[in-house]
Amino acid sequence: MPKSNVKLMQGNEACVEGAIVAGMEFFAGYPITPSTEIAELSAAKLPKIGGKFIQMEDEIASISATIGASLTGKKSMTATSGPGFSLKQEGIGYAIMAEIPCVIVNVQRGGPSTGLPTAPAQGDIMQARWGTHGEHSIIALYPSTVKEIFYTTIKAFNLSEKYRTPVILLMDEVIGHMREKIEIPNKDEIEIYNRKEPTQAPSDYKPYEIKNGDIVPEMASFGKGYRYHVTGLVHDETGFPTSDHEVAEKLITRLVNKIEANKDDIVEYEEYRLEDADEAIIAYGATARSAKSAIDTLREEGRKIGLFRPITIWPVAEKQIEELAKRVRSITVVEMNLGQYFEVIDRIAGKHTKVVKYGRVNGELINPKEIIAFINNRRG
Amino acid sequence: MVHHELRLSGSGGQGLILAGIILAEAALYDGKNVVQSQSYGPEARGGASRSEVIISDNIINYPKVGKCDLLLALTESAYDKYIDSLKDGGTLILDTTVNKVPERKDIKVYTIPILDTASKKLGKAMVANIIALGSIQRLTNLVSKEALAKAVLNRVPRGTEELNKKALEEGFNLINNQKDRLYGEVC
Amino acid sequence: MVSHLVEKYFRTETLPHIWCPGCGNGTVTRAIVKAIDNLGLDQDQVCIVSGIGCSSRAAGYLDFNTVHTTHGRALAFATGIKLANPKLTVIVITGDGDCAAIGGNHLIHAARRNIDITTIVFNNNIYGMTGGQYSPTTPTGDKGTTAPYGNIDANFDLCNLAVSAGATYVARSSLSNPNMIIKQVEEGIKNKGFSFIETLTTCPTYYGRKNKKGDGVEMIRYLGEKTINKIAYDKLPEEKRKDKIIIGEIFRGDRPEFTEEYQKVIESIKGEI
Repeated sequence: MPKSNVKLMQGNEACVEGAIVAGMEFFAGYPITPSTEIAELSAAKLPKIGGKFIQMEDEIASISATIGASLTGKKSMTATSGPGFSLKQEGIGYAIMAEIPCVIVNVQRGGPSTGLPTAPAQGDIMQARWGTHGEHSIIALYPSTVKEIFYTTIKAFNLSEKYRTPVILLMDEVIGHMREKIEIPNKDEIEIYNRKEPTQAPSDYKPYEIKNGDIVPEMASFGKGYRYHVTGLVHDETGFPTSDHEVAEKLITRLVNKIEANKDDIVEYEEYRLEDADEAIIAYGATARSAKSAIDTLREEGRKIGLFRPITIWPVAEKQIEELAKRVRSITVVEMNLGQYFEVIDRIAGKHTKVVKYGRVNGELINPKEIIAFINNRRG
Repeated sequence: MVHHELRLSGSGGQGLILAGIILAEAALYDGKNVVQSQSYGPEARGGASRSEVIISDNIINYPKVGKCDLLLALTESAYDKYIDSLKDGGTLILDTTVNKVPERKDIKVYTIPILDTASKKLGKAMVANIIALGSIQRLTNLVSKEALAKAVLNRVPRGTEELNKKALEEGFNLINNQKDRLYGEVC
Repeated sequence: MVSHLVEKYFRTETLPHIWCPGCGNGTVTRAIVKAIDNLGLDQDQVCIVSGIGCSSRAAGYLDFNTVHTTHGRALAFATGIKLANPKLTVIVITGDGDCAAIGGNHLIHAARRNIDITTIVFNNNIYGMTGGQYSPTTPTGDKGTTAPYGNIDANFDLCNLAVSAGATYVARSSLSNPNMIIKQVEEGIKNKGFSFIETLTTCPTYYGRKNKKGDGVEMIRYLGEKTINKIAYDKLPEEKRKDKIIIGEIFRGDRPEFTEEYQKVIESIKGEI
């Protein structure tokens, strides 16, 4: 019999377990398939550890309450799916602008609109990047196994605290709803990052001032004596709104650069059988699992093929993808949409190698046979 | 190397998703790799329901069951829907209430009274899923008896442990009673 | 001489404010601060949350923990803040469009939960910040830039709405009686539950001009004539009640408060694995 910390766990459940290990103390949500289990389990588990759960009246209220809770110093999360993710964009923009850490889980489903509520799709790649209006950057992570959901959720919290920004966890219905093995590590084996709080006298505190060596401003929790103003308007380092063009330019550039300039810290990926590969597949989430199966079969047939799997989907692992493009004769981007990430890969890799796409939008997980057939046919 | 894909099908409310979870957990106790998934219609009760389990000695990448090695069908509509998804030479466990004789000659068919045993012999229709698990175990030996018993007790509601132990025994017996028709190793 | 209230509770570096001459928002904001002062609340433990609109700019001028949120969402943000840290006194400043149109759903549900938040609606019957469009409280027949031929919508009775939805302190006041505003905000903060205070205020620039209501002073005079205390109203014969707006305490209820109930849940399952 295996050790007691080895469990059979559903993907959505692993997300909640990871969040709690990361220090989640607040969850606000609204029921929506296929993410509802995340709300249900948060409702059951949070009060047991003194945390708070609330089912809000709608999706926008959920992200608003999540952001509000974070202002009091509590690590907060909300979870949703397709139609709800559209509604969350308002809050995501606010959290970016006001630099309030929070985690937004999107267990994707078929769209547009109500679409296919219980079927998998990877159609929200670009919405995760550009769903909210205005110039910005975003961190979005994309796990591929139940175990990875656990760790990626922790990473989402850590990055959101470190960079004072909302972090999106994109999940596939397939993995959110399936169960597989996970070994829950001891808490002391896991690195947890907490936001940096100010230590100076409240009278010296400027809520959006960057101190030497810091990436983001220190964040005071409401109720601790640092009275300050939070707004979604362009603001200077005092936090008060301004329409000064120079301040606006400086602020928005900083918000983008704090993510783009720290890619080396943020970007995570997996390379599978790429060492000697002369052709590559790029896939993420559940589709990457199918790609691995396909690669194993193609390898048996003598093909030198491997997988590059982004775990950080935004920002893009540009450097690594460009390196890859220089040493393979083709890259096939496999995804459950009609080429959202392909466009990104093609921009980076297209000047070095041939980039092709294989996409499906029928509500079924792309299977290994399809990928094999596509790769073989393309060759012919 | 074991790589076995099972599809448990019937109607919503028959506990097939729980059955899949229990089976998967038992395989996990045995140290196997396992993936369990399910699909259901919008109905919470009635409608079609299926639960799928892959048990393997290898890492399981593609998590979906396509053609399965074993199909359990508790209703006629589930049988109709999934009979073609059974692999050549695969195993079909059919409830006796399903009034069908498969035309396929390549498969092994076990017609056993799972639903009747639950509702008439044990007086609880809800334990049909556990009876089915007992039968699957006895027939395939994919998971150990001990692991299955432990997984059942871990997942059923408190206060129903004895009933579910009995149900598991009944499931074993349904196969024992048909020993002459069994294949492979039976424990 | 700068008043004690301004010195202590206003972020003077953010002044002057954006409000027009004759706008009532400054008076209502002062009334809120006066109520806080009267109650002797610790500034560090007060959180003021606002939405979007002219009135919602008040949050930025006040020296507390302040959040200027997105349009309509002040109550949703405030709910997260209050539930996450129930020790904070949470006050929401909102307008008629912010609270009753885009934020209507949040108002209903905050009242239903009876969460301990005091909401003050600056009701000026118009969308001021965007330039004079009709709001859910623009009286039928009145004009706005998006109702050039007169508003055909029925207008909301916000206090009735709050009562029906479950608020446990509901009151209406008017710019014509600033002391009443102070008193109501005090009562609202003291009420352990959801408190809803509708304050009738003036927008001479848009609502006044569009509807020939005169300047700020005339509009206040008009409010004074139009409003009547609930006690006096109840004594009026039916024919004289027409067109009067009741001010004063409208409703008081006694229901469990949300964050306290949640704490009970926590206590009841403590130690369970």
